[in-house]
Amino acid sequence: MRARTSWEVVCTVEDLVPESGVAVWTEDGPVAVFYLPHRLPALFAISHTDPFTGKNVLARGITGDLKGQPIVASPLYKQHFNLQTGQCLEDEEVTVKTYPVLLDGNNVRVEIPAVNKESAAA
Amino acid sequence: MSKKTLIVIGNGMVGHHFLEQLVATPAAADFDIKVFGEEKLLAYDRVHLSDYFGGSTHADLAMGTADWYAENHIDLRLGEQVTGIDRDKRTITTLMGDYSYDELVLATGSYPFVPPIKGNEHPHCLVYRTLEDLDSIRASADGVKTGVVVGGGLLGLEAANALKSLGLEAHVVEFAPRLMPVQLDSDGGALLKRKIEELGVQVHTEKATTEIVEGEDARLRMNFSDDTHLETDLIVFSAGIRPQDALARSSDLAMGERGGIVINDQCTTSDPHIHAIGECALWSEKIFGLVAPGYTMARTLASVLNGDTEAAFTGADMSTKLKLLGVDVGSIGDAHATTPGARNIRFNDEQAGHYRRMVISEDGKKLLGAILVGDNSHYDTLLQYALNGIELPENPETLILPESQGGAPTLGPDALPETASICSCHNVSKGDICGVIDAGCTDLAGVKAETKASTGCGGCAALLKNVVDRELEKRGVEVSKDLCEHFPYSRQDLFNIVKVNGIRTFRTLIREHGKGHGCDICKPAVASILATCWNEHILATDHVPLQDTNDTFMANMQKNGTYSIVPRIPGGEITPDKLIVLGEVAKEYNLYTKITGGQRVDLFGATLSELPEIWEKLIAAGFETGHAYGKSLRTVKSCVGSTWCRYGVQDSVGMAITLENRYKGLRAPHKVKMAVSGCTRECAEAQSKDFGVIATENGWNLYVCGNGGMRPRHGDLFATDLSDEELIRTIDRVVMFYVRTADRLQRTSVWMENLEGGLDYLKQVVLEDSLGIGEELEQHMADLVDTYQCEWKTAVEDPEKRKRFREFVNAPSKKDPVQEWTTERYQRRPLLEGEPA
Ligand SMILES: Cc1cc2nc3c(=O)[nH]c(=O)nc-3n(C[C@H](O)[C@H](O)[C@H](O)COP(=O)(O)OP(=O)(O)OC[C@H]3O[C@@H](n4cnc5c(N)ncnc54)[C@H](O)[C@@H]3O)c2cc1C
Ligand code: FES
Repeated sequence: MRARTSWEVVCTVEDLVPESGVAVWTEDGPVAVFYLPHRLPALFAISHTDPFTGKNVLARGITGDLKGQPIVASPLYKQHFNLQTGQCLEDEEVTVKTYPVLLDGNNVRVEIPAVNKESAAA
Repeated sequence: MSKKTLIVIGNGMVGHHFLEQLVATPAAADFDIKVFGEEKLLAYDRVHLSDYFGGSTHADLAMGTADWYAENHIDLRLGEQVTGIDRDKRTITTLMGDYSYDELVLATGSYPFVPPIKGNEHPHCLVYRTLEDLDSIRASADGVKTGVVVGGGLLGLEAANALKSLGLEAHVVEFAPRLMPVQLDSDGGALLKRKIEELGVQVHTEKATTEIVEGEDARLRMNFSDDTHLETDLIVFSAGIRPQDALARSSDLAMGERGGIVINDQCTTSDPHIHAIGECALWSEKIFGLVAPGYTMARTLASVLNGDTEAAFTGADMSTKLKLLGVDVGSIGDAHATTPGARNIRFNDEQAGHYRRMVISEDGKKLLGAILVGDNSHYDTLLQYALNGIELPENPETLILPESQGGAPTLGPDALPETASICSCHNVSKGDICGVIDAGCTDLAGVKAETKASTGCGGCAALLKNVVDRELEKRGVEVSKDLCEHFPYSRQDLFNIVKVNGIRTFRTLIREHGKGHGCDICKPAVASILATCWNEHILATDHVPLQDTNDTFMANMQKNGTYSIVPRIPGGEITPDKLIVLGEVAKEYNLYTKITGGQRVDLFGATLSELPEIWEKLIAAGFETGHAYGKSLRTVKSCVGSTWCRYGVQDSVGMAITLENRYKGLRAPHKVKMAVSGCTRECAEAQSKDFGVIATENGWNLYVCGNGGMRPRHGDLFATDLSDEELIRTIDRVVMFYVRTADRLQRTSVWMENLEGGLDYLKQVVLEDSLGIGEELEQHMADLVDTYQCEWKTAVEDPEKRKRFREFVNAPSKKDPVQEWTTERYQRRPLLEGEPA
């Protein structure tokens, strides 16, 4: 059976910062939403938690691209993460969780997997 | 095993270098080391003795510190002359008593030879060897007009320059028919004489002084054998040096016919327990009056004492390259063509004032020696041909012809063999340089730090840079200074592009001059450049995404994701009321509080959303942002100065506040620190800062490019006795030149070391305005001062900017759940990883 998911409204377009990220609180915990207006797609959502330190800081990193991949650099120890896949560029064993994200009118929605919701509730 | 005693007599350049080498070997642990120095001062850089008249102090010239001796358990006895050696008992004698040794090292150097001329004992007859001598010369020159140097050799000309710098009319009296008879031939000597006379020093050759008597118009009169005379107020004898070998002579060690302590290849004298190094030693009938051969002896002896049976001193190159009174002079190898069959090639341009002579072997294949006057640009290439026996090109004359007349370009670093000596002071070969590059050094400053190359006389600086650049290039290390994959330019190039094209946003810059979208390397670098050029608020919409998190949130992110706050406290001066506000705010937000090394207060543990609230309170109390988060001016540290201190000679706090308020907010390639001390006791530790200011009786001395931290570096004395205005103007220029030309994240120390021409070049640009940009730099600085704003004030007043500080944009009241705290020494701090709550 396919797990049910929900598209949670996490913020509005006005909350986004072009070329940068903001942190939102979701059912699945802290998520970082990035808005790169010169790219297609322009929106990315990954976990806000830095996997190397466990601290919630990734939305505050610098964005950009390396070898064509959209990236954010962790503000703590500067590892880079691919915004599309969550893959860490410095350590292939480390990834951060990614979330589908879309613009619905003025609302930014992030798809939260229902499984987590249940296990979190359990 | 009980330790043996090693005694070193003489604490000069070579004696000190020997100790540095020895303590780096395991053998150091076998010895109790005692050092006796006749001079009262710790070993100093005699080669740069003349800088003492340029404002350098003993501390600037010192080769080590008393702490270094203590740390290495070396018993240093200064001002205690050794008067005798008893070889049978193995003891030495000083005025204080007898000391026994197992091994004895003589590093007693040499003394100036004073010719036996009647009247030479006059109190204004002086010599030029020690700092004390220079004090005497300065005292003697006070308020008088004329000075004479007896001796037209290398040291004599340097002394003449010193007299000139003391404001005297300077004369040089030389017995031989030409100047620098050891190094130069008659054509070279004649050209040098002409050039030096053009600079206002009068040269009298072929003059033998017969007596010194009371003068009529001046203190003294020198009578010459040709019945002429010269009146002068003081005389400096610089008629050659003699090895200081009295102790060896009185204890019957083998001596040279004309003095000097005979040593073998292991630097051991005729007594197996006594060794000699430096200018007092005679090896293969030769005395070496330069520091590099002395250092080589010191290294050899340290290896010998460490049990290395292969170590041997095998002679040394005596080539010299100098600037005497601003005139280039070079002498290489067999300059006088004494090798049988040697041939000469000469180039003499009297108009331009350039003289060059090559001495080549009979078969025309090897360069044996050379003489250069007026232009040393050919020196490095010629020296490498001579030292490494590189075969000469078919038309060897091209090596000394001007390029317009078919001269060959200089010898590229690739042509040098691995064994080529690049720095003779520290015995660094091209192979050594390749070695440290292969071990991971990726720039000039790193190679200098690893090998010490170019930190002696400095004569090898240009060659070293060429070799390092070339070797890095060969290894594919991007000597091309591309900032990152998005910009094929160095920071300096980008700076110029931004400035010249009036570019105001990162988007425009990357669209027109780069590719892709940028990264965490180029974005903050460009943000810094834009800030220097246009000084717009760093949180302006276009600039926000460029900043490192610290700049974005104008606070320093700590390991648990919270921030620390550092308000500006200019010069470290703060009213009790403001101090109370800091305490109250810290208490209200439960901030861990610590005094920083920069004389201000750091408040730790604020969350993102607390930052604007806290700043609102601080601003209301009159605080400004301290830019502790930025690559910009941090603090100007100061001591309390003449206002309170019994020793202070200037108002150091006042000056520190002026400087801090002037340069605050300026964005730079890296952080910049300054300090101001109110007297030479240097309580503000100014010499460890990028810009250090030390008060003098007459104004301020400025030191630049110092550094604490991982690779500490003493600042270099840059200018002396400046007025307030001169000081600020000079700092303006250096700061702006740094901001414009340094690489990303390059501190001033590394920047300066990587400048071709180093400190001298920087002085030319700033003090002599050699690039003609002095006023532009000042104007640029003035514009930045005018457009300063407190970033935090602007931010808290702007609701849009404040929005950035929401921890979670959709849940303003939500606290970050991962921050866990504990209490230590009455304050809150983050829980460490794995630490129970
Ligand atoms: C003005 C000037 C410019 C120079 N420029 C250059 C240059 O450009 N390049 C270059 O290579 N070289 C230059 N030199 C030469 C260089 O300074 C010497 O080669 C070097 O200092 C030799 O080192 P040393 O340790 O052998 O002797 P020193 O540095 O002279 O040290 C010997 C020390 O031993 C002490 N001593 C002597 N007898 C006793 C005793 N009985 N008991 C206790 N202590 C004693 C002396 O007081 C002295 O401090 C210059 C020298 C001068 C003066
Ligand atoms: S040759 Fe003197 S510092 Fe290198």
